[in-house]
This record gives sequence, structure tokens and C-alpha cells, in this order.
Amino acid sequence: MAENKNIDIAGVSKTFKLSSGDLPVLNNIDLQIESGEFISVVGASGCGKSTLLRILSGLETATTGEVRIGERRVERPSVLTGVIFQESRLFPWLNVEQNIAFGIHQKIDKEQRVRSIAEHIELVGLKGFEKALPKQLSGGMQQRVSIARALINQPNVLLLDEPFGALDALTRIHMQNEILRIWDKEKSTMVLVTHDVDEAIFLSDRIVLLSNRPGEVKKVISVGLSRPRDRSSARFIEIRKEIYTHFFEDSSLSIEYYL
Amino acid sequence: MTSNLKNRFVKIGLGCVLPAVLILTWEILGRQGIINRSIFPYPTRIFETYLDMVRKGSIQKDLTVSAGRVIKGFCIGSSLGLGIGVVIGLSKTANSLAASIIGLLRPIPMIAWVPLLILWMGIDEASKVTLISIGTFWPVVINTSRGILNSDKKLLEVGTILEKTRFQMLTKVVLPGAFPFIFTGLRLGVSSAWTCVVTAEAIAAASGIGYLIMYARELSQPPVMFSGVITIGLVGLLLDTVLQRIEKHVLRWNETDGK
Repeated sequence: MAENKNIDIAGVSKTFKLSSGDLPVLNNIDLQIESGEFISVVGASGCGKSTLLRILSGLETATTGEVRIGERRVERPSVLTGVIFQESRLFPWLNVEQNIAFGIHQKIDKEQRVRSIAEHIELVGLKGFEKALPKQLSGGMQQRVSIARALINQPNVLLLDEPFGALDALTRIHMQNEILRIWDKEKSTMVLVTHDVDEAIFLSDRIVLLSNRPGEVKKVISVGLSRPRDRSSARFIEIRKEIYTHFFEDSSLSIEYYL
Repeated sequence: MTSNLKNRFVKIGLGCVLPAVLILTWEILGRQGIINRSIFPYPTRIFETYLDMVRKGSIQKDLTVSAGRVIKGFCIGSSLGLGIGVVIGLSKTANSLAASIIGLLRPIPMIAWVPLLILWMGIDEASKVTLISIGTFWPVVINTSRGILNSDKKLLEVGTILEKTRFQMLTKVVLPGAFPFIFTGLRLGVSSAWTCVVTAEAIAAASGIGYLIMYARELSQPPVMFSGVITIGLVGLLLDTVLQRIEKHVLRWNETDGK
């Protein structure tokens, strides 16, 4: 299927109307994401990066500007755009299998359905846990279930909103490898929102730096390292330093001044 | 495992200590004539009467009549409560429309309804079943609507992203999520129904447990009165225990300890 999975973000701004007045969150975001690309959006907390992702998903609408995914103008959520949140958001009353089955959108016969669920359980490495309830799983395993649920409709685009933010450091690194493996297999376009700079460098083709509120695109960095990436390689550290410089340029100036 | 079992026995044993001491004291004081036997018969005397009534089948007959009324009233009251509770929970308009009526009618004590219901429906079955329905209705309607209003927004978003229809959202996300609340409502409804049947029968009836007590008072048969009162307590305890068991089984996913 030669489907167009480009994401085209054109002049997107978002202002929240509060009782205390208008709160601009995003300002004039322009960004083209190619089909099959892995993009990370990095920014300080409250810079509007999650809002940007919610606009891409169709859960929020932009105040001005528009988002297109392929030919479709994003106005409401679609099963062709999968979303993974920081919390796994599983239904506590359904077991692993049933939670994944909840994702299935189109009518398919029972045999195909069972096969598809089994394949996705296998894909996220949860074989043997089909009948477990969410509360019986660790945080990492719960997140795997939510990934399987998002993937079962074979979405063109996968949006990840700090998906590993609540996991411990070791599990997080493990899940980053898993998401690369899944990306390699599914070939979907990935947009990851994170505040973990290393995670962004480890995973992405390009990293978008957002400024503080209202969020604007400060810089787009191409990583250009071959995978699997070595977190301690010279280029890796160089990129990390570059990102830190962008975020802390003001404070580093003042430190130099006092030194 | 064994220490668990031991703990359980110790717990049950401790729960029996106080009632045993009370009954023993009561027995001794009664036999010594320190408390007036003619209005406060001692336990073995009540027990003899009770056995006699069971042997003659009179208490079973009254119990069956009362249980029949409770079942009818509970079914009517809880289905109305569920239906109206769902509507109130889902629609803001219905919620504000109902708020004032509920606020006005709910505080009316059950006993205040009895003369009105007798005036409207006579002293037949209808007035008793209606009273039980009213008693069941309130806890069910209030807990159902509260459960639905408490729906997890994050899970609703998952449903939206997966393009579920409104009907699927209701049956697969909203109602299962509200189920712990609904079940609490049903449990309170059952105990309220049981209280109401006794109220109704004590005022105007020719059969049933409530009638048994009132009739025994007229014939000044305190042991029979006590037998009736104890039966009410036992049935209430039995109903609650059974419902707790069912709840524990059906709502396994909702327990926090993971056992």
C-alpha cells in the first residue's frame, strides 16, 4: 500500500480561553514530517508539546492553521492515527487480550480477529499474559499492552506522548529498543513528545526543539546517526550538548557573567 | 497460607466473643428474674419458640410472603433507578431537571409514604410493593448517576481515538466504569427494600414478617416478637453477605491489593 503518511503542520497556533484571559500555548508551528520518519518534539514542561500532539491526534483543534496527514485534514480522531499516552490507559476490567481487542475498529471475522490479537501480543512480547488483568502487570507491561492496542488497526501514524516518562530508567531503555523494533516492523510515521533529551537522540531522525510558552519551533536538529545508536558516542554527546545549549542559553550566559 | 487461615479463624472467633457474652448475661439475668421475663424473655425461651415456629412452618410462610414482596419491589425500583440514573448521568439537562425533584423527595422518610400509598392504592399488595420500590429506587438512582458522572475522562479519550460509536462508548466504557458505584447502589437498595417491607407490613398487612411482629404484640407474645425481629436481622445479614461475595467476584478488577 503506497499510502501517503506525511504530516503537514501549517501555521498552527493554539490559544486556551481561560477565565483570567487568553493563554497562548502554541505559536505558528510549521513542520513537515515525512512518511515513515521518526520525529521527537522536545521542550520544557508546559511548552505546549503535548498540546501539539493532541492537535495532531484530533483530540484538540488548532485555533489557527491546519494539520494534514496524507490527504486527510485532521479535524477529529481517526483509527489511522494511533496515540500512546504517558499512562497506559487500559480498561481495568478487561484482560490483556480484551484490552487489545477493544482497539479493533473494522468488522472482521472471528478467526482473523483471534489471529490478529495473538500477533500483536507476540509483537509486544506479552505471550503468556493474555488473561492477566492490568493491575497484575508492571508499568512497562501495561504500556506494551497500550502499544499493541494502538497498533492493531495498523495506523499510518503513531503519536507518543511521553510514553515512557513514568517508567524506571532500565525499563525505559528497554522500551526504547522495543519501540525501534516495532517501528522497523510497522514502518509507521512516529511523533514522540518527550522531555528526555537522550531518549530523543537515541530514537529520532530529527528532533524539534520547542521554546517556552507560547511554544515555537526553536530549532530542528537532524541526528543522522546509524542505528543501533551508542549513547556514549562522540556525536551523541555533541548533539546532547547542542540541545542543552539551546535550552539553557540564557542561564549559561549569566553563569559566565558571574564567573 | 496456614497462618492466613489461622488469622481468619481468630478474626471470626473474636467477632463472636461480644455477642456470646451478651447472650450469656441476658440468659442469666432473665433466669434470675432480674429483668422482666414477660416483656424481655431470655434467649433459650426465644429459641424454643423459634424452633416451634419453624417446625409448624409459620415463620417460613411469613418469610416467603415478605421475600416475594421484596423481590417485586426491588426489581421495579432498581430497574427504574438504573434507567433514570443512566439518563441523569449522561445528560446535563436531565441532571439539572432532576436535581430539585430528587432533593425534595429523597429526604421523605419511608414511613411518611405509607398513609399516602394506602390512600391511593389500598392495603393490598400494590401499596407495599410501591413502598419497597421507592426505598430501592433512591440508592440505585443516586449511585448510578454518580458512577456515570465519575467516568474516567482519559478512558473516554481512548474510546474517541478508536472511533467508537456513542452506543459502544456507553456499553464498553461508561457503564463498566460505573459498575462499582452501581453495585453499591444495588446493595444499599436491597437492604433498604428489606427495611421497607417490614415497615409496610407492620402498618397494614395480614401476612409477612412485619405483620408477625405486630400481631404477636397484640397477643402479647414477646418470644414470637423476638423471633420475628431476629429473623429480620438474620435475613438482612444473609443478603448483605451474599451480595458482598458477588461483588468481590464480579469486581475483582477493582480491588487494590491485587489478591
